[in-house]
Amino acid sequence: MAFALPGARPRKSAKRRRGLFVPAILLLPALIWLVFFFVVPTIALASQSLQTGSIYQGFQFTWAFSNYTEALSTYWSQMVRSFIYAASATVFTLAIGFPLAWFIAHRSGRFKNIVLVLVVAPFFTNFLIRTLAWQTILVDGGFVANVMKATGITGFLNWIGLVPNDSLLGSPFAVICGLIYNFLPFMVLPLYTSVERIDQRYLDAAADLYSNGWNTFWKVIWPLSLPGVVAGTLLTFIPAVGDYINAKILGNANTTMVGKVIESEFLVNLNYPIAAALSFVLMIIIIVMVSAYVRAAGTEELV
Amino acid sequence: MNDRPDQELRRLVRSISNASLSRRAAFGGLAAVAAAGVLSACGSPAQGGKTAAPAPTDLSDVDKIVNWSNWPLYMDEADDGSYPTLQAFTKQTGIKVNYNTDYNDNEEFFAKVQPLLAAGQDTGRDLWVSTDWMVARLISLGYIQPLNKDNIPNAGNLQPSLQDVSYDPGRVYSLPWQGIFAGIGYNLARTGGRKVTSMDQLLHDKQLKGKVVLLSEMRDTVGLMLMEQGKRLDNFTADDFAAALTVIQDAKDAGQLRGFSGNNYADDLDKGVVAASVVWAGDVAQMAVGNKNLGVTLPDTGFTLSYDNLVIPAMAQHKTNAEKLINYYYNPEVMAQVTGWVNYLSPVAGVKDVLLKSSDPDVVAVAKSQLVFPDDATMARAQKFRALTSEEDLSFTRQYQALVTG
Repeated sequence: MAFALPGARPRKSAKRRRGLFVPAILLLPALIWLVFFFVVPTIALASQSLQTGSIYQGFQFTWAFSNYTEALSTYWSQMVRSFIYAASATVFTLAIGFPLAWFIAHRSGRFKNIVLVLVVAPFFTNFLIRTLAWQTILVDGGFVANVMKATGITGFLNWIGLVPNDSLLGSPFAVICGLIYNFLPFMVLPLYTSVERIDQRYLDAAADLYSNGWNTFWKVIWPLSLPGVVAGTLLTFIPAVGDYINAKILGNANTTMVGKVIESEFLVNLNYPIAAALSFVLMIIIIVMVSAYVRAAGTEELV
Repeated sequence: MNDRPDQELRRLVRSISNASLSRRAAFGGLAAVAAAGVLSACGSPAQGGKTAAPAPTDLSDVDKIVNWSNWPLYMDEADDGSYPTLQAFTKQTGIKVNYNTDYNDNEEFFAKVQPLLAAGQDTGRDLWVSTDWMVARLISLGYIQPLNKDNIPNAGNLQPSLQDVSYDPGRVYSLPWQGIFAGIGYNLARTGGRKVTSMDQLLHDKQLKGKVVLLSEMRDTVGLMLMEQGKRLDNFTADDFAAALTVIQDAKDAGQLRGFSGNNYADDLDKGVVAASVVWAGDVAQMAVGNKNLGVTLPDTGFTLSYDNLVIPAMAQHKTNAEKLINYYYNPEVMAQVTGWVNYLSPVAGVKDVLLKSSDPDVVAVAKSQLVFPDDATMARAQKFRALTSEEDLSFTRQYQALVTG
């Protein structure tokens, strides 16, 4: 990912030539890590995605590009669904996370550190258990379900198709809720680091120039927090696309996401080539989308 | 997506034939050739094909242990979490049992041990418990060893009806551990007080909409559907299979299904998150003791019967110890303790008589339960899913998975 980090400007000086050895040594662990846990598996996966055969006859490398067309034609709907769920979850985490990050950065005063710890606190519990907890939260006849039914929200969600029956559990709504909840900290923390650096005097200046609240936000705060927004949305969107625990625990039979498909192709169908092809397609789509997004956001100029 | 590497290749060929080959293109080309070489070097050889499983030197006498992987809740358990029959075995033979309940799902477990078995390595396990069809797969891949019946004289106690199974004639590789009926379970609190008695009701009753779970175990869910459509599980065709799937697919598209589940459906049914489900009868029978709303139906049209079987994997280090352990459990007195606790069908003859003699009324009740000791009329309705060829196995599994993950 090519968004520049603050302070990472290239130095001009040619004076410090002799220092090459130490950086190389320091980089080595990361390089070894990358080679063994990214480059090699990626090559193996690429190879696997072009093989044919079965576990009984063995797999041979045959340039079988048909694996890709088969994978896409069979599972395009789960793929599209994953992107829609992840995108909705990202938009909502941003909408919830931005005010929260602003509050922590500029309004929480001496409680700042405590609030920051609270944002991270859910990580002290296992991901699976956090998601299972949402089963209890949304369970039929529970407080949330009753309130939402009484206020007509359930009816509305049912009308727009996010809740297929009268129960909140086992619905796209529940899956997206789970995604929002589980990825919120990944949105809040980068946003916080960006928002925190915004100088209060810019806002004062905007007010002095008769800017109203909306204009101040849109013309001053938003552009200055873009690096955080980009980082946060990427950290939320990318893992959310591949996530399948939320869909499995909170969804129904029609909310399967692509991660689950890949898992079942690998483990149940033993159809390694299709699983590898699906993983590759997912990776490529994400890379393309992310590069387009980062380019459009143009964060390099902002930092 | 399709033509990209092809273009790469074509460009490569062109650039090689081109006299004015730039240095950069040459490196790029070399890299591409190298990459193609690496890619094609990654194939994997064919597995097994009836080759005898490799057997290492047996350490049983030196190393008095046996490593056993079993499903959860598949062993008699004392209140403090210990296993009385296992402790008695250790006391009797001096062999320590490392008992692990890390077998949660056939596919998941297979995925865990398959790379080791394919590489001819020890899995660290001497004994585990696989469902019929998985045993068939393990045998055809050469991943399990023949049992030495000299060490298992009690194998003679095996119920005569289980002596010959299609995937393992004469029980060379496997001996059954417990038998399982799959039927339909329901929670009266969520069904409007009605029992669920057929797959038709399960898949079409509006009252159950969105609160139905099917087992991800293909043979149980599709098996029940096939029987309801009047097919027999020992001779149905690929078309019958597809027809059964269509009915399930329609129900799924109509929003009837909450999902497909492995071991964890039971909890949801108990809590009432799920109203009705395809279930393993023993589970629901156990839970019904504490929750009077729970019930289980063995449909009139038929229900599936399958067995989980003890097998010894290739390269197991303590084969003789594992066989002694099997022999121990094939004693009716010992198996009776297990059956009294787990409520599944005992493959060992004579267990019922042992249980009937018990002074504990709960144990006697188990001996009289149709789910544990079915009479001939019940047994006549139970059917076993026929053995599939490896091609059928892959094809059916993929069709079913396309439905499950659709």
